[in-house]
Amino acid sequence: MTNPSTDGLDDGQRMGHAAQGAAPGSVRVIPDRMRSRFKRIVGSWEALLLLVGLMIFLLNAQASPYFLDPWNLSDATFNFTEKAMIAFAMALVIISGEIDLSVASIIALVSTSMGFAVQLGADTPVLIAVALVIGMLCGAFNGVLVALLGLPSIVVTIGTLSLFRGIAYIILGDKAYAGYPASFAWFGQGYVWWVITVELVLFMIIALFFYILLHRTSFGRAVFAIGNNPTAALFSGIRVPRVKFILFVLTGLLSAIAAICLTSRLGSTRPSIAVGWELEIVTMVVLGGVNILGGSGTIAGVLIAALVMGMVTFGLGLLNVPGIVMSIFVGLLLIGVIALPIVFRRLGNRRKAVVPG
Amino acid sequence: MKSLALSRDALLGYALAAIVFVVYLRFPAFASPASLLGVFNDTSILLILALGQMMVILTRCIDLSMASNLALVGMASAMVNASAPGIPIPLLILMAILAGAALGSINGLLVWKLDIPPIVVTLGTLTIFRGIIFLISDGQWVNAHEMSDTFKSLPRSFFLGLSLLSWCAIAVIGIVALIINLTATGRAFYAVGGNPNAAVYTGIDVGRTRFKAFVLAGALAGLAGYLWVSRYAVAYVDVAGGFELDVVAACVIGGISIAGGMGTVTGAVLGALFLGVIKNALPVVDISPFWQQAISGSAIIIAVTLNARTERRPGRIILKQAEKL
Repeated sequence: MTNPSTDGLDDGQRMGHAAQGAAPGSVRVIPDRMRSRFKRIVGSWEALLLLVGLMIFLLNAQASPYFLDPWNLSDATFNFTEKAMIAFAMALVIISGEIDLSVASIIALVSTSMGFAVQLGADTPVLIAVALVIGMLCGAFNGVLVALLGLPSIVVTIGTLSLFRGIAYIILGDKAYAGYPASFAWFGQGYVWWVITVELVLFMIIALFFYILLHRTSFGRAVFAIGNNPTAALFSGIRVPRVKFILFVLTGLLSAIAAICLTSRLGSTRPSIAVGWELEIVTMVVLGGVNILGGSGTIAGVLIAALVMGMVTFGLGLLNVPGIVMSIFVGLLLIGVIALPIVFRRLGNRRKAVVPG
Repeated sequence: MKSLALSRDALLGYALAAIVFVVYLRFPAFASPASLLGVFNDTSILLILALGQMMVILTRCIDLSMASNLALVGMASAMVNASAPGIPIPLLILMAILAGAALGSINGLLVWKLDIPPIVVTLGTLTIFRGIIFLISDGQWVNAHEMSDTFKSLPRSFFLGLSLLSWCAIAVIGIVALIINLTATGRAFYAVGGNPNAAVYTGIDVGRTRFKAFVLAGALAGLAGYLWVSRYAVAYVDVAGGFELDVVAACVIGGISIAGGMGTVTGAVLGALFLGVIKNALPVVDISPFWQQAISGSAIIIAVTLNARTERRPGRIILKQAEKL
């Protein structure tokens, strides 16, 4: 996945939209001063995404008279809150140069464990504890294989994707668990105030937590450093395996929280719960401007991408567009938002190249 | 240099033989030639896809859209057959292969011309292809009675004791072995994956080579699309859903390095057969099929742990095969 046509540095090569001014074949130019703050914000990925989001919002409001109803909008948040919780953790994993494809399977295993605990007569606090512990154990298992043994995360997590959901299938087979205690329904079905759901509040808290973790702590800087150049990060004193291990445990934890919300909302568990979510979550992260090869990305971008994807799904749903057709939009959005900036930059470079320098 | 008897492929072969032997102890009929040929026949489609995926992975890319490609081409060929039964099946198969190659070339072009990471491109086309199936079929199934008899019977007709489906897999094994061992393009797959920078200096166009790998993988997915739909005599939107990960799993178990540049046809074949044997052996030894997913997951993790040991060698000989010639 490196691009050999420019220079020989494997780790320094970044493709996609994050390759600011480093179009293949051209010399990398480091500007002698930063662009003004205003220009940086306006020209940023997040601004572009926000514009797309606003356009979709207006189109939705135009297309369906039911879209702007507050209760409708409140329902719409369920389309992304659970996935986006995981997407924040996934963003950090991807920025560090790894990937975790097992998240949806962790949801399945956690949900199954909770169902199992219910059969044994556990109450809500115990269920939550079971969920968080199982989620972190799953994450730790990935973490040991990737961070400590140094195995490629894409393969490891394809393996644990099968393994975790496989265990859920062994426990549950083709049956389903239901009969969750009434107090458990609060997480997925409760409202904090008016149309503000418990899930939405949880989602905001998680977003804030990850914003601070990634952009305001030395741990966050370490994540960026590792993603840009793991060797250099190691030599600058960052405990690379430990950071990666923590990131995988964190992803497991967030998958568990998402599993609590989802199970509580659905009120039942099947082993096939949340199938295919891993790809949607990765799409969300990449759409949010996180470089799939690691090293760059923002929590704000992921947040906006989650809103955009949620609105696209909800708006098309109001127009009676089947879910599978929505996936075409999501797929086109994913490729389009990455391809277009590259195409425009190429065209821009070509124009500049004509001017003798 | 390791001897042939201790190579990774050989070890995987022993493991495979050991599994068959264990099942044989409990249920002798499983190891009968007819039963083993049945397992091979059942694994043929996975095998064809794994060989396509192998070529892509060799170039340090990945194709997650293969199962969607298979399903789209499968649905298209079923619909063509249902509406125009007069089109001869060999022509239909050729069309399926070309359609698959065209879909693969979309992946290839995006990776080659726009330098978008392959995992992003194929994640996108995975969902797009799947959505297009819904658009062209309107969510309807194409059922057995709508397909012509020759369409359905071809992969099941026998020739020299083997089904045509198995012959297809054997032919693909032969062709892919020829391509990656004896053609310049095939050797370029290894060179590009082993060290893209060095490949450039030896005059290899990295992007174009990757494009070729994606087109070949797409063509094989197209072929598998016809085979799948005609074998099971039904086409619907969710055909082979999630199969893309099985294909990658077969490659990983077969010792194909996800980092590119390492892997053999034998490995891919054994990796696919390993999953096929497990899938077919579980019901025989009376283990619930619900165990299958967990077992193949564990197999992937064990395989990648073992791969890491062999891959951690200082310096790699990329053109090992060429030296012998």
